[in-house]
Amino acid sequence: MTFALVGNQNCGKTTLFNCLTGSNQHVGNFPGVTVEQKIGALKGSKDCFVVDLPGIYSIRPYTGEEIVTRDYIIHEKPDGIINIVDATNIERNLYLTLQLLLLQIPTVLVLNMMDEVRAGGGTVDIQGLSAALGVPVVPVSAAKNEGVADVVDTALAAVRDHRRPTVTDFCRPQSPVHRCLHAVTLQIEDHAQRAGVSAPFAAVKIVEGDDSFASLLALDQNEIELIEHSVKQMEDETGLDRNEALADMRYSFIEAVAAKTVVKCRESKEHRRSLAIDRVLTHRIFALPLFFLIMFVVFWLSFDLIGQNLSDLLTLGIDALSRLVERGLVAARVNPVVTSLIIDGIFAGVGSVLSFLPIILVLFFFLSILEDTGYMARVAFVMDKLLRKIGLSGRSFVPMLIGFGCTVPAIMATRTLSSERDRKMTILLTPFMSCSAKILIYSILCATFFPHHAALAMISLYVIGILLSILTALVFKKTLFRGNPVPFVMELPNYRMPSLKSVLLLMWEKARDFIQKAFTVIFLGTLIIWFLGAFDIRLNPVTDSANSILAAIGQWIAPIFAPLGFGDWRVVTALFSGFTAKEAVVSTMAVLCGVNGSAGLSSVLPTLFTPLSAFSFLLFTLLYTPCIAAVSTIRKELNSRVKTAGIVLFQCVLAWVVAFVFYRIALLF
Amino acid sequence: MTETAILTLDKMKPDDEAVITKVGGEGPLRLRLLDMGLIPGTKIRLTKVAPLGDPMQFHLRGYELTLRKEDAAVIDIAMTSPTKAQGGEKL
Repeated sequence: MTFALVGNQNCGKTTLFNCLTGSNQHVGNFPGVTVEQKIGALKGSKDCFVVDLPGIYSIRPYTGEEIVTRDYIIHEKPDGIINIVDATNIERNLYLTLQLLLLQIPTVLVLNMMDEVRAGGGTVDIQGLSAALGVPVVPVSAAKNEGVADVVDTALAAVRDHRRPTVTDFCRPQSPVHRCLHAVTLQIEDHAQRAGVSAPFAAVKIVEGDDSFASLLALDQNEIELIEHSVKQMEDETGLDRNEALADMRYSFIEAVAAKTVVKCRESKEHRRSLAIDRVLTHRIFALPLFFLIMFVVFWLSFDLIGQNLSDLLTLGIDALSRLVERGLVAARVNPVVTSLIIDGIFAGVGSVLSFLPIILVLFFFLSILEDTGYMARVAFVMDKLLRKIGLSGRSFVPMLIGFGCTVPAIMATRTLSSERDRKMTILLTPFMSCSAKILIYSILCATFFPHHAALAMISLYVIGILLSILTALVFKKTLFRGNPVPFVMELPNYRMPSLKSVLLLMWEKARDFIQKAFTVIFLGTLIIWFLGAFDIRLNPVTDSANSILAAIGQWIAPIFAPLGFGDWRVVTALFSGFTAKEAVVSTMAVLCGVNGSAGLSSVLPTLFTPLSAFSFLLFTLLYTPCIAAVSTIRKELNSRVKTAGIVLFQCVLAWVVAFVFYRIALLF
Repeated sequence: MTETAILTLDKMKPDDEAVITKVGGEGPLRLRLLDMGLIPGTKIRLTKVAPLGDPMQFHLRGYELTLRKEDAAVIDIAMTSPTKAQGGEKL
């Protein structure tokens, strides 16, 4: 038995889902799109599942979320629908409900946030509402886990007794809309039955002009014209166009029902509190400084105080374990190649990636709090004007900002963007935000070659990255991402206390994701790089890394980089190993030059670079392919190997071109 | 509203109150507006304008909604509060 959980955004759907299913969740994608699909077994049952559908306001064929929901309900045919509604905002929430009722699937209406309604002096006549809408209604407070057991019982009973919604007519009797819907419903009834969809639902969708239903029902030209005639007549008589007329019908019906069954709360405490908080957080002058302060604190805690220290601790642990294992392997006289594989390949590779884990956990702890409290919506509100010029909305700002810390969580954070187009474009632009792992490379080269202007040189790299991202966005807005962005018509939810359970579940989800990647794709990738570095072309293990396959590839490819001013094979090999992690660029270069650490490196660097070619190298490092952890995250979020390869190729080519143009022009002066 | 220019949602000033008279726009934008409850007859109030001057935050049907100015411009309104907006009719 499968239930679909449907509701608006910000109505507490995820909280209810977590209450209904506990931690027993499976996260995947809906077929063909990167819209997240969560499935969980209903608590206390093995064969009842709940599918968490995306938060939507209406069943339309436009945004990815709406299409997914529509297709899921129509084609997968869940046994029951659990429709969650924010009782403090009942009018707008019931708008979706009226569309769901027409589906003629056993439905339970869950009124969430009833505690807030009561606290504000409001009441809802549950029986009256249930009678008016023809479905069972259950009042709950998901955040306090009140009434959830009732939801389960009522939903199971509704499906068991095949209780279809009994009210499907929301128009005023004898109104033009009523006549039109009635005529169309009668006309398509047989078709709908054959296609296995509900006739009243299909009738509304056809009247609304959703063409996919005309083909789903296999209507012929004659029938379509007949329907069109009825619709025209309705439009003429009401003076409204078809969509306006239907929206008006739904809202009028809801207003009438609400007038009879709902005593609205006074302006709720939560709403007044939200307005008060917003007077500070979206203040005309303080909004931007406060935003940057909040982000700075989040960054500082994640990448410095908490995350970094935990990460260092983890690294110490991995190192200790690695040494222990190495001693054991040497004592047991294991073949040195196998020892190298385990120590230099597996431990070093996976270990270096795993050390990111604490940072990701801490970062997502704070991000999900910012999201759940409702602050992210305010960020979108405040930042929208800046990002609109490059074809994005305010929502993309935070993921891109996180990119300055680490590309991996930044790309994971694009999950909250509701428009698929925006998400793809944000993923494309995020690698331009120079990640913190590159700081090591920048600082050593800048200190060596621009000792008096090191800070300026570093800042210029960040600025160039941002400028190029804007340029890229402008170009792609006109080409690859042409077409209408999803309209920025967004609800600003009341600020609410985040639920610790939801926050922890999200952290766990991201951690599981990352660990999985660390032991699959990244594991494989680091093994390959290790192999290339540990063997020569005849597959003999090498003692001097200058003889390795990696060095051979470096030598072979080096001429490509000669026009950029750094054709030395050691530099090129270092760039290669930077694919595992950007820190590796510096360490590899040191190893290949036979020097120790960054101090030794700065003494040999002048033999590899001139100041000009050094900056050209820095530009290339800034822009070329993200590390393997980031690339595998991109692949997961885009759900496409081809597009991921496209991004990697694009970054590499762009890096080459920018470095080339800079170096060649700079040589002229 | 006889001879004067028709007032649109984007011309409102903070705390102005109005009633929606007509919803324009097309495609997904228009449908989204209708779905969010912006239909003729709906009462609406401007809560504030974003710090950079755009988008705008409205209060309607008991919740807060953000709209970009260019999108708000497709919605016609009739002021119900003493108007502070320019270009509206004098009461």
